Amino acid sequence: MNAIVISALLGVVMMFAGLLFKDSKQVQWAALIGIMILMGATIFDNQIISTQGSKTYFNMIELNSFTSWFNVLITFCAMLYFFLFHKQIALVGRNEAEYFALMFFILSGVFLLSSYSNLLILFIGIEILSIPQYILAGSDKANVKSTEASLKYFLMGSFSTGILLMGITLLYGATGSFDIMSDKFTAQFIQVDSMSSLAIVGILLMVVSFGFKVSAAPMHFWTPDVYDGTPTAFTPFMATIVKVSVFVAFIRLFHFSFGSVSHAWQVTIVSMIALTLLIGNVTAVYQTSVKRMMAYSSIAQAGFMLFAIFAVNATSWKAITLYSVSYTLASLGVFAVLIKMKDYTFDGFNGLAKKHPVLAITATICLFSLAGIPLTGGFFAKYYVLMAAVEQGSMLWIVVFAVLMAAISVYYYFRVIMSMFFKQGDAELIEQPTTIEKTLLIINAAMIIALGILPSVIMK
Amino acid sequence: MLLIILILVPIFGGLVSFLSKNNSQLPALGASLFTLAATLFSAFTYYNGHTPIAIDLTWIPSLGANFSLNINSGLQVLMLALTAIVFPLVYLFLNNKELENKSTFYGLMSLAQAGLMGVFLANDALVFYIFWELALIPVYFLSSMFGGENRIKVTFKFFVYTFVGSLLLLVAFLIIYNHTSNHSFAWTSFVESGKSMSGSMQNWMFWLVFLAFAIKMPMFPFHTWQPDAYEQSSTPVTIVLSAIMVKMGLFAVIKWLLPILPLGVLHWTNLVTILSIIGIIYASCLAIVQTNIKRLIAYSSIAHIGLMIATLFAQNQLGTQGVAIQMFNHGINIMGLWLIVLAIEKRLGTQNLNEMGGIAKLAPKFTIALVLISLANIALPLTNGFIGEFMMFNGLFQSTSPYHIAFTVVAGLGVILAAVYTLGMIQKVAFGELKNSQVVFADLSINEWIVLIIIMGIILWLGFYPNVLMSLVS
Repeated sequence: MNAIVISALLGVVMMFAGLLFKDSKQVQWAALIGIMILMGATIFDNQIISTQGSKTYFNMIELNSFTSWFNVLITFCAMLYFFLFHKQIALVGRNEAEYFALMFFILSGVFLLSSYSNLLILFIGIEILSIPQYILAGSDKANVKSTEASLKYFLMGSFSTGILLMGITLLYGATGSFDIMSDKFTAQFIQVDSMSSLAIVGILLMVVSFGFKVSAAPMHFWTPDVYDGTPTAFTPFMATIVKVSVFVAFIRLFHFSFGSVSHAWQVTIVSMIALTLLIGNVTAVYQTSVKRMMAYSSIAQAGFMLFAIFAVNATSWKAITLYSVSYTLASLGVFAVLIKMKDYTFDGFNGLAKKHPVLAITATICLFSLAGIPLTGGFFAKYYVLMAAVEQGSMLWIVVFAVLMAAISVYYYFRVIMSMFFKQGDAELIEQPTTIEKTLLIINAAMIIALGILPSVIMK
Repeated sequence: MLLIILILVPIFGGLVSFLSKNNSQLPALGASLFTLAATLFSAFTYYNGHTPIAIDLTWIPSLGANFSLNINSGLQVLMLALTAIVFPLVYLFLNNKELENKSTFYGLMSLAQAGLMGVFLANDALVFYIFWELALIPVYFLSSMFGGENRIKVTFKFFVYTFVGSLLLLVAFLIIYNHTSNHSFAWTSFVESGKSMSGSMQNWMFWLVFLAFAIKMPMFPFHTWQPDAYEQSSTPVTIVLSAIMVKMGLFAVIKWLLPILPLGVLHWTNLVTILSIIGIIYASCLAIVQTNIKRLIAYSSIAHIGLMIATLFAQNQLGTQGVAIQMFNHGINIMGLWLIVLAIEKRLGTQNLNEMGGIAKLAPKFTIALVLISLANIALPLTNGFIGEFMMFNGLFQSTSPYHIAFTVVAGLGVILAAVYTLGMIQKVAFGELKNSQVVFADLSINEWIVLIIIMGIILWLGFYPNVLMSLVS
């Protein structure tokens, strides 16, 4: 609970920081200190929950051990993001204090989404999460693509919000309650046969709106353009931290409340998985820009995370935690290198290994993780999501299909590696990486490998 | 602890090689010699009384995955010994050769050795899988960085091929794991779990597991990556690929397929045998018409492996022992052949057989090595190749399959074809007119000669006295 309040307050503080500090460096430091305070707050929350057990606030927010631990992990990832990208964030435009403020608001939405027990909080959380993103997407005002991304995201996003509201309304109509933990609510979802058609349609609308937010096919069309058009400093934040927290909201509702009627919605999820993996992976193959490739890769990775929704069992909770963290770390690592490049195409990476071995090697470890090569966190992440699906027992073909798609993903991830290591070229950077940045990248890569050796350290 | 040393020392040597500026071969060589000593020590420990050596550390308790390694069979000893012998010999052979990116080369080679040792030691399915994949990564970089013009494309094809297989293997392991009664990745649990599956389930599970191994070995028709990859990789890397990595596939069939899915294996025996026998004939015929010496040896390797697969699926003791022996001997012989190729490449700068000839007059030491190793490759009696091949044909003939006579006869044709292409190769390389009279073909340098003498020594020793191998695998 502290984290929710503090993140919102930090947002306000950051807005004033823009008035107080004239120097961009000072604003950045304020943001870095802010995120460290937030980190402390989530750890404190986690400490309380682990000693005193789950806590409910106002019958609307329920912090349990999973949620508070997830908040710690996601804040840690956000902290890493702030440290890696703060300079580039400030370079996007003149209003750096506002950008940081918006990101603190987004984090506030993230905490709401991971701990809601009431559909109204879910709605508020999604909105707090989305609206700042529309602004961030359009923050590079001189760039038409950025404006286009913002507009596209806003139109599509409000459309999906409408669907979410409709879903919530129907669920309320079927159950007479917003509280997803209450007996009144869950009584409707005990058996598939006894469900009212209102409830079924409500569930499906929720699937669609969540699917939109996590960019699952066929609701993925906004993703490549938005991720590509958004200033590169913000894309990793949107593609990782925001996306995985929507997944946590997704799994929370569907496993807690709709878990016993999983037969009613699993087929929909499975077809979404199949489509998402197919479209994400196959389209990524044809990209010439690494940034756009990463946008499609984030669609493909969402396909794997959907397995955790599909499989209603304890393993899928472990899977979503590990997948969130390893996917976030790996993507941040790749984007941190990408943002240094002058040329975002694959050819722009040619010969990077010779000129900047640290950048090339850390990016390679991140790409290995995204591809799911053993001894990286990505391997165990894929392992756990597939394990969850196998334990589920039905529809094993989708698991085989998923690994074939993972094999395709090797193609586009390794294209970057091939450019960096095996091709001759003169990879030009915008600016030389500082020692601190290199150190952060090495730490990031080391964490990815640590997760690949001992994945159990972050799973509760 | 001994077993962990076998993996850790090459990793350590590799990392030191990466970081060293000059003489980066020394850490790799030192590590590989140390590993050789440790391997021989554990081999003798096992040999004197057949006491298994094992280590079992808790790794991820919630998964039931242990970091579990063991030496429990003669086959494992042979494969470990092969891996431990190949690397130092290659380093010695290369000793005076100047390479670009030397430290990267030796670092990656050492890491590849660590991965391979892990594959042969693993006694836990998850550990096995991780090493299976890890052995591939350094080799992918080695092949892509050092070699012919098309190396990047060809190596990538190889990587994707094997990666698809590996991922399907992962799914299979997940299903078997989920079926174990105690949720454990231990080999014994896997055997028990796999055996308890229904026949129809084993039938489709078989392919999920076998595809990975068939691609790695490679078995016809999954072999298409192999000739290209062997040709384009630089020859030291080709040695790692063909002497050791293809043995991973065979080894995995023996340890992770035959005992785990017995009904599935039985169901597909005839199909697999027919495919591998087609592979023998097909690859032999292609080997005859090759003009590139590396491609010729690559196809000869497919043919040899084909016979081993067919014999494995005949599933009798004699044949399986023969395969184990042949896996070791094939590794030694093919390494010898590749080193010969390496010597030719260094001196003539070509792989084209038509541009060679008449070397016998200039380089007698070289020719002795070429002839002896080639004869071992076609399993002439009194060379090491003979005993394994004899046992394999015997085993194949005793197969319970109704077509066992046909299998043996057709596979036997492969021996004749092997003689055709191998003798043809000797003739084109060493005898006949000197094609390029300006070329001065220097005979083997001292370190090359020592390495080839060691290899020839092993060939003759095991040819005259195969009992060492026999008692190890029985």
